[in-house]
Amino acid sequence: MLDTDTITTPDGRTIGGTVMDLRNITLRFGGVEAIKDISFDIREGEIRAIIGPNGAGKSSMLNVISGFYVPQEGEVWYRGKLRPKMKPYEVAQQGIARTFQNIALFEGMSVLDNVMTGRLGHMKTNMLSQAIWWGRAAKEETENRAAVERVIDFLEIQAIRKTPVGRLPYGLKKRVELARALAAEPSLLLLDEPMAGMNVEEKEDMSRFILDVNDEFGTTIALIEHDMGVVMDLSDRVVVMDYGRKIGDGTPDEVRNNQAVIDAYLGVAHD
Amino acid sequence: MVASEAAFRQDRGGRTTDMTDLHTIPEFLDRNATAFADAPAYREKEFGIWQQWTWDQARTEIEEMALGLISLGLEIGEHVAVIGRNRPQLYMSMVAVQCAGAIPVPLYQDAVGEEIAYVLGHCSAKFVIAADQEQVDKVEEVRDRIEGLRHILYLDGRGLRKYDHSVMSSIATLREAGRTADRAEMDRRRAQQTGATTCVMLYTSGTTGKPKGVVLSHDNIVSTALASSGFDHLRQTDDVLAYLPMAWVGDFIFSIGQAMVTGFCVNCPESADTTMQDLREIGPTYYFAPPRVFETQLTNVMIRMEDASKIKKAMFDHFMAHAKGVGPRLLDDEPVGLFDRMKYRLGELLVFGPLKNTLGLSRVRVGYTAGEAIGPELFDFYRSIGINLKQLYGQTEASVFITQQKDHEVRSDTVGTPTPGVELKIAESGEVFYRSPGSFVEYYNNPESTASTKDAEGWVATGDAGFIEPDTGHLRIIDRAKDVGKMANGALFAPKFVENKLKFYPDIYEAVVFGNTRDRCVAFINIDLTAVGNWAERNNIAYASYQELAQHPRVLATITAHVEAVNKSVAEDDMLAGCQIHRFLVLHKQLDADDDEMTRTQKVRRRIIEEKYADLIEGLYGDVGEVYTETDVTYEDGRKGKIKATVKMCDAAVVPVTGKALEAAE
Repeated sequence: MLDTDTITTPDGRTIGGTVMDLRNITLRFGGVEAIKDISFDIREGEIRAIIGPNGAGKSSMLNVISGFYVPQEGEVWYRGKLRPKMKPYEVAQQGIARTFQNIALFEGMSVLDNVMTGRLGHMKTNMLSQAIWWGRAAKEETENRAAVERVIDFLEIQAIRKTPVGRLPYGLKKRVELARALAAEPSLLLLDEPMAGMNVEEKEDMSRFILDVNDEFGTTIALIEHDMGVVMDLSDRVVVMDYGRKIGDGTPDEVRNNQAVIDAYLGVAHD
Repeated sequence: MVASEAAFRQDRGGRTTDMTDLHTIPEFLDRNATAFADAPAYREKEFGIWQQWTWDQARTEIEEMALGLISLGLEIGEHVAVIGRNRPQLYMSMVAVQCAGAIPVPLYQDAVGEEIAYVLGHCSAKFVIAADQEQVDKVEEVRDRIEGLRHILYLDGRGLRKYDHSVMSSIATLREAGRTADRAEMDRRRAQQTGATTCVMLYTSGTTGKPKGVVLSHDNIVSTALASSGFDHLRQTDDVLAYLPMAWVGDFIFSIGQAMVTGFCVNCPESADTTMQDLREIGPTYYFAPPRVFETQLTNVMIRMEDASKIKKAMFDHFMAHAKGVGPRLLDDEPVGLFDRMKYRLGELLVFGPLKNTLGLSRVRVGYTAGEAIGPELFDFYRSIGINLKQLYGQTEASVFITQQKDHEVRSDTVGTPTPGVELKIAESGEVFYRSPGSFVEYYNNPESTASTKDAEGWVATGDAGFIEPDTGHLRIIDRAKDVGKMANGALFAPKFVENKLKFYPDIYEAVVFGNTRDRCVAFINIDLTAVGNWAERNNIAYASYQELAQHPRVLATITAHVEAVNKSVAEDDMLAGCQIHRFLVLHKQLDADDDEMTRTQKVRRRIIEEKYADLIEGLYGDVGEVYTETDVTYEDGRKGKIKATVKMCDAAVVPVTGKALEAAE
């Protein structure tokens, strides 16, 4: 049932078989149908974008993928298994990490400590031994710190390592959030509007980092983004949503020429 | 540390005999790897930790790279460009290139594609060693124009996976190849090297025209490094921070020449943004910075003191005033009264010590500044808090050192006495000439320029006007020889003298004074966005851009006050009183190397600025109140654009000049 073929993209990356398969998802909040019968898949190693006008249900969709919302109808298949109802930490243990549309960092903590929280899933020692810094705990922290430092180096945030997050400008906070997600070494990374509110230069930087993450670590990325230029440049495939429905799915070129998509974005005359 | 120091002392006993045998950098590398095998050669902060290479490890790594380069087909005498920020592997790669019999050519890492294309083409580089994707991209962009470029080697492979790897590979792969290669060929090439072999080729930034390739031999570098290390008693246990551009001759002398000759440790910062933090962590004992860095540090201190509590501010002011009088005298071992001495001690405890620690200068034994004249106030500030800051005078063609200041003979207005081995003479025209073991071999492929700079007897023209003080033998530099002129009334015109006084104000980042052949002087000023921006914030002044802040009436009023204060101080100099500034403007953009207005070493290119802003200069000499202007700018990514602005002309009060200036000129 699952597609296991591999595809080679024009720029030489390999995209593998299906990692996540969403089948006929419907999500309701009371009487509101946020997502109506949507099916699509995410393949290993690709950058998959979800776009759509405001209120189209993009963030709800991402929350379904992350396991935060459980849809009333439909199935979520992850790595060949039907996913049961799970707690958020169980999702994280499966190798899924995310960033948030509204930055959700610990403002009073340093960048380093914030990124360290991304490693929690990799720490096995109990709280007591961590508190008294004894036995395996010390060694474990050193190992995790090394992993965090690699991420800090990768995202070029060495200069703010010890700065409290609350003092950072918006663009850097977004980068710290990405760092925290990367520290978890996810196989599937979910980005909720990674470039919202950024200026052109910050967007360019962030695009480069997203591409590099995908290229260096082979991380599968699903992202929501408003900026069409960014989406078309970055992603391998795009899902377009409008009023909770899927109105387009395909490569950026296919989507760009899809009449339904054009109508949704530019509006149509109702006569 | 103790063990290596002992090893060094033992070695120093036999050193006089050693030195006559050692002529090249690779030979010194061998000496260091034997004599100081376990002492640190390089450190770099990476992944939040200081990573270290001992001399023994450094030699192994260098030899692997050298063998790898030979197996890639590098031939004797070919040029290899090195481009990137200061990193141990890049320093090692330069020595590796030398070990392979070829010539390293370091380039400025912020150079744009065109500049890189020119240099690579001019020296017909066969290999490029690039730090990362950014640098590889710049080389790739111009690659089809450079004939004979065979291979690119990169240090950080991030983002390069998809590039065509038939023409590039990583340094790790290079070392891999070197590990299995036969070392006979390298040893053969090294055996052929003598002191006359070319050690490095450095491109001078050139305040005029295209850059020229300065060829320096091992003799040049080694003899200069030995003489200057001896002059300042540099030790194997010293630490330097390598943060200045690798393409600059100074960095080559400090981080390769002197480091190899004395065996001290070269520390590389984690990234450009963390340099000041890293400086604090390393606490170098031997420190070099151009005046601009000292200026920036002082500006930051002053800004933070403005924000400090009243008590702290009062304490700072009180002890700094005391230090100003006592500090320099203490440094020079001059007699100081007991009370003053005690008070200075107290100041050291409360103010100077913590301040030096914040600046990362607690351990500095020898500090140098050069590149541009340093404002006396700035210079005295550092000396008054007990930092042995000295000046040196030099240039690429001299392998840096021409004159240096001896301990206890330090003054802000001279550049010291000749470095051991250097001869000086002043020509009729006032231009300074020198002859030294360090003076360059030639300009690469440019015999005309070589002939016009260096005569048959080996005297090299510096292009600077200066004189030797009769009683002390110290050299004083007035200005670039071609910039020194006469005003319409015959008075001496030396723009730098006035500009330096202006630049001491934290608010003023850069100044350019005009007035040659004119009846009065005018000036362009760049405000310092950090200092003025901070002031604007505290005074609730809103601004959206540099341009808007620069033209704000209150900013202009502040700058006018500074200019008038400078005029008062200029008027006190008999020779140069005519250089007072009558009118000035605050430029609507910052002078930038990307627009050719400055060199990559941040020196203003007067001629280009004069041509480019001719309309503004006319405005200053006319009587209009403001001038509308459009200026071409180049953005960091190479795109071009235009800045449109209306620039206000400001008048400044001048002190009436008595007849003295004219008499002095005659």
